[in-house]
Amino acid sequence: MTTTASPPKKIRLNIQRFDPKTDTAPHYDSFEVTTRPRMTVLDALFQVQETKDRLLAFRYSCRSAVCGSDAMFINGKQRLACNTQISELGDEITIAPLPHMPVVRDLAVDIGPFFHKIDKVKPYLVSREPYPIKEFLQSPKDRLKIDVAIDCIDCGACLSACPSAWTDPNYLGPAASVKAARFVADTRDIAQTERLKIVGCEDGVWRCHTIFNCSDACPKSIDPPYFIQYLKRKATIAALKH
Amino acid sequence: MISHKVLIVGGGLAGLRAAIESSKYADTAVLSRVHPLRSHTGAAQGGINASLANIQANQDDNWEKHAYDTVKGSDFLADQDAVEVMTREAPERIIEMEHWGCPFSRTEEGKIAQRPFGGAGYPRTCYAADKTGHYLLVTAYEQALKQKVVFYNEWFATSAIVENGAIKGITAFDILTGDLEVFTANAVVLATGGAGWLYGKSTNSMINTGSGMAIAYRAGVALKDMEFVQFHPTALYPTCILITEGARGEGGYLVNSKGERFMQRYAAKAMELAPRDIVSRSIQKEIDEGRGVKDLYVHLDVRHLGRNKILSNLPGIRDIAMQFADIDPINEPIPVQPAQHYTMGGIDCNTKCETTIKGLYAAGECACISVHGANRLGGNSLLDTVVFGKVAGEQAGTFAKNTPQETRKEALFGEALKKEKEQIQRLFEGSGDEDTALLREEMRGLMVEKAFMFRSKDGLVEAKAKLHQLQTRLGKLRPIARYKVFNLDLIRAIELREMLELAEVIVASALSREESRGSHVRLDFPKRDDTRFLKHTLAYKSPDGPRIDFSPVKIAKWQPEERKY
Repeated sequence: MTTTASPPKKIRLNIQRFDPKTDTAPHYDSFEVTTRPRMTVLDALFQVQETKDRLLAFRYSCRSAVCGSDAMFINGKQRLACNTQISELGDEITIAPLPHMPVVRDLAVDIGPFFHKIDKVKPYLVSREPYPIKEFLQSPKDRLKIDVAIDCIDCGACLSACPSAWTDPNYLGPAASVKAARFVADTRDIAQTERLKIVGCEDGVWRCHTIFNCSDACPKSIDPPYFIQYLKRKATIAALKH
Repeated sequence: MISHKVLIVGGGLAGLRAAIESSKYADTAVLSRVHPLRSHTGAAQGGINASLANIQANQDDNWEKHAYDTVKGSDFLADQDAVEVMTREAPERIIEMEHWGCPFSRTEEGKIAQRPFGGAGYPRTCYAADKTGHYLLVTAYEQALKQKVVFYNEWFATSAIVENGAIKGITAFDILTGDLEVFTANAVVLATGGAGWLYGKSTNSMINTGSGMAIAYRAGVALKDMEFVQFHPTALYPTCILITEGARGEGGYLVNSKGERFMQRYAAKAMELAPRDIVSRSIQKEIDEGRGVKDLYVHLDVRHLGRNKILSNLPGIRDIAMQFADIDPINEPIPVQPAQHYTMGGIDCNTKCETTIKGLYAAGECACISVHGANRLGGNSLLDTVVFGKVAGEQAGTFAKNTPQETRKEALFGEALKKEKEQIQRLFEGSGDEDTALLREEMRGLMVEKAFMFRSKDGLVEAKAKLHQLQTRLGKLRPIARYKVFNLDLIRAIELREMLELAEVIVASALSREESRGSHVRLDFPKRDDTRFLKHTLAYKSPDGPRIDFSPVKIAKWQPEERKY
């Protein structure tokens, strides 16, 4: 274990503040924070909220990078506040809400539009009914086909980073495409045709220009373009068959 | 005023499973303080138990053996009728989650894979890599969407509205707007999870503040067995993020500073896979007796499992170790320490999830049915949520359907709303100088110091007095920041009030239990005492603090015996 028990020091957090109900434009407030070993950006935000400005608004829950609550724009990159170490960022840290998402207040964005996109791809398994008494059999090899795609924590980082989504608000975007791919690739699912129609439409996977911003942004290393390319292939084959 | 037939408070696995069931019978809504996918269920890693007999090594397994292991693990405090319900239904509930899409890991034959877990006679923990909770939560949420369950996300429940011993609704405020509302319902299911954040060292999410327990307690329902708090043996040092029992299930070793697999001394047969209470105490003993690494932690070593097995079966804990401790378990042992992990106690309810208030149900970690008794087995908490989530949903749904919708209760609801508004107003108008964050951290430190793994009368009496002081100081809070939209200052003040109340219950319950059983160890009463304490603790709210009563344990097949592993 490498010990990075560096002595406490003072750093600056520049945090974007905005209440769309009362403010005409966002502004930045600057706060001094005292570091401690293994301090994360989330820890620093709590220090600000508890000791400097009690009205600072941000989301949190698991503080261990599995719940997806605290994706934000940290030093110009989409990251989770809870698994970003202060020591990696230098002495001046700039924090803003996820870009290209409506702000609720300060660092909390309206995640609704993100989930509406996911709702469009029929985001649940459609399997043969009545169900068998035992589980559906799925070989380890087939199970591997949905690996990684199922790790999505719905944090919204990918959509926020996607230039295609910036210009086309109707574009499904990376997370919804990954969700669709997760079911299309699942040997238990029988709604492939329907899903491929959804993702193959005008606002579907063809809007992806493989810019890979989403891959850089994803805190779970999911690589959405890999799954989008998979859906493009599948959708093309399905279209040719008809 | 918002009306639904059934209202479920909490959007974790228990709440979602209840909603899926209840919506088959009656109009159902879920109210959650976070988006359901942010619930603490997602942090569960290792798996979920059922006697599926899917692998060569567990062909002789059946629900009765699962039940026996659970009862023995509970140090014979679990109600055996409740354990029977849970273990009998386990295979069906888990196969159902598979049918709904949960991506379980697979055996070569394509069945749901199973691994060994602590305190279990057979490898019966079904798993999906080491992210089982995340996948189950996502699957249940998907099914709830399919069922068109209505969601009120980021609403914070503050009280239950009760009239003549029957539930009429709840009050809650919308975190995003600050608006306080009355929700009316014929049936309410509390599924708000555990109260881990009461402890300064905990694997829990920060939202696990015991809200539903506090709401039920204030409404007059007893909290049962609250002295039983599970301490997980392997929380990452120093952040206390969970490192799954699955790491030991896959064959990981616990090693002290001398390089010894010290579990040999404490549970020679089960070794690292003894139940959690035993392993946690053993680790603490090693540290206390000077065999800890830097006197702070011990090592969880999985290096011998090899890169491939770690990558396929333990990828999540590798990420956690790398991101939060800067070590790669493929090359280095993981520093671990015991930390609060689970609240065995909770809202007193029966095997139908009914509380003493008509129409009010509880399920999941906030409930105490009781299936975990004095110590929960790993892999039984996710199981508890799906089995009793379904039961609660079915009960609430059918009850609500067959109950005529209340017509006009304006006086009752108006009064409830007024009372809650005044509570919040009082927080805004505080005239003292006490700070919520400081009080909270004092409480969390106190709970680790005096009500952790090893307890004594002196320590608990001191804790009781200090909690009383904290209560008094809570009455002298500085004014809470006035703001409508997303007011963390307000949320954290309300949480603190609830947590302090629950801390008092834990301490009072622990004081009343003059024996050592499962997770509850009294240094002044080191032995289990079945003559005096083979019974559940019930804590009722009274003006003088928690009033303690007891209720019998339901024993069926298995008489208490000494626990040996």
